Amino acid sequence: MATNDVLIVGGGVGGTIVANLVAKEAGAGARVTLLDATGTHVYQPGFLYVAVGQEKAENLSRDERTLLRDEVKLVVDRATFVNTDLKKVVLASGRTLRYDELVLATGSRVVPDEIPGGGAAHNFYTLEGAVGLQRALDQFEGGTIVIGVAGIPYKCPPAPVEFAFLLDDYLRARHIRPKAEIKLLSPLNRAFTIEATSKLVQPILAERGIELTGFFNVESVDPIAKTVTSLEGETVGYDLLVLVPPHRGAKLIEDSKLGDARGWIPVDKNTLKHCSFADIWAIGDATNIPISKSGSVAHYEATICAAEVVAAVKGEPAPAHTYNGKVMCFLETGQGQATTIRFDYDHPPVSPSPSHLWHWAKLLFNKTYWHTVPQGRLP
Amino acid sequence: MNAAVVMRLDLKGLSCPLPIVKTAKAMKTLAPGELVEVVATDPGSVPDFKAWSQATGNPLVESDAQDGVYRFVLKKKEM
Repeated sequence: MATNDVLIVGGGVGGTIVANLVAKEAGAGARVTLLDATGTHVYQPGFLYVAVGQEKAENLSRDERTLLRDEVKLVVDRATFVNTDLKKVVLASGRTLRYDELVLATGSRVVPDEIPGGGAAHNFYTLEGAVGLQRALDQFEGGTIVIGVAGIPYKCPPAPVEFAFLLDDYLRARHIRPKAEIKLLSPLNRAFTIEATSKLVQPILAERGIELTGFFNVESVDPIAKTVTSLEGETVGYDLLVLVPPHRGAKLIEDSKLGDARGWIPVDKNTLKHCSFADIWAIGDATNIPISKSGSVAHYEATICAAEVVAAVKGEPAPAHTYNGKVMCFLETGQGQATTIRFDYDHPPVSPSPSHLWHWAKLLFNKTYWHTVPQGRLP
Repeated sequence: MNAAVVMRLDLKGLSCPLPIVKTAKAMKTLAPGELVEVVATDPGSVPDFKAWSQATGNPLVESDAQDGVYRFVLKKKEM
């Protein structure tokens, strides 16, 4: 049997699972290489907790090598161009890696400066951003904290709402909540895209004294006047501003012209195969599928993608079981409680009443992640 | 009515809240009284456009649906 070169670009949750599952299932039929720019795996859902001082930054990173099966070759270098004619990926060092099957798990990147003044806002979308926000909060003694969204789509849709609740907890613990106002600016006329979940969390926002402003799509920030202005024409003043920055696909995708105008990769929403290339798949944040950009999506897609790649390596027909749009998110509602949001392409979102159980489930997941998810041990 | 439509946005396939965000961006470029026609496939866009129109004061002058495609005509409000 010939041996295929399977190349996975990106060592986040999705790429790591694909690498491990393909190496395990394809055996000698595949040489699996994972290419990652840093060689460090970062657990991004932890950023939110770092921002409010509930988690230490150093607990969120591990050496990618320790999460990979021995058979997977790890290359630490940055991909600069995908040559689809020659089936090669060019690296920053000048090396090239060839592939028979290519998986793009290149994620998304944040571009705060894409909106005027956006760089002046805090965010919890990078580890450095979360650490910086934590320091700013530690120095905060009172005033107005504004939370807004500066671009759609963005990672982890419930995150702004979760941050508002965890911020409320944080300020109460410091006994400065009465001196602070929390304003949550939402792109729609409700707390969150999903109506059922909004109905659940809006009364809790009101109960905690978090002011919700609807139809506020952030257009610009004036860091001197300390105001934020919406596309709809409203202006709100702040003392501390936390924005979800605009997101784009990876620069590699834009430079290689493998995506749309924002760098999102067009794939079949079920098979995750690139719309123009039969030997390229994409998963996670990197795709243009109109579904949440979240670790859970990357996780579920990775198991499907791995099976597709293994079938291609073995020369077998593509698996009948394809991605059904499954999403599962936790949503922290503060005071030690949380809910979940579950849906797929055919089933509308459902959320149970917030409870301590779901909060503990999320904390447990955060702790056990390192030993279960990257290895592909959870379905 | 259609004579005054100065911009058409095809937002089919986009899920909420992207149709609202793209429309809000487009409205910024229109002069008062000008019309934008939007087509979308997200069923949530029906209540969202109605509510957005009320909240922002840009009148929703037409709205219909055919074969899962929702069409809206919005008028840029007078200053």
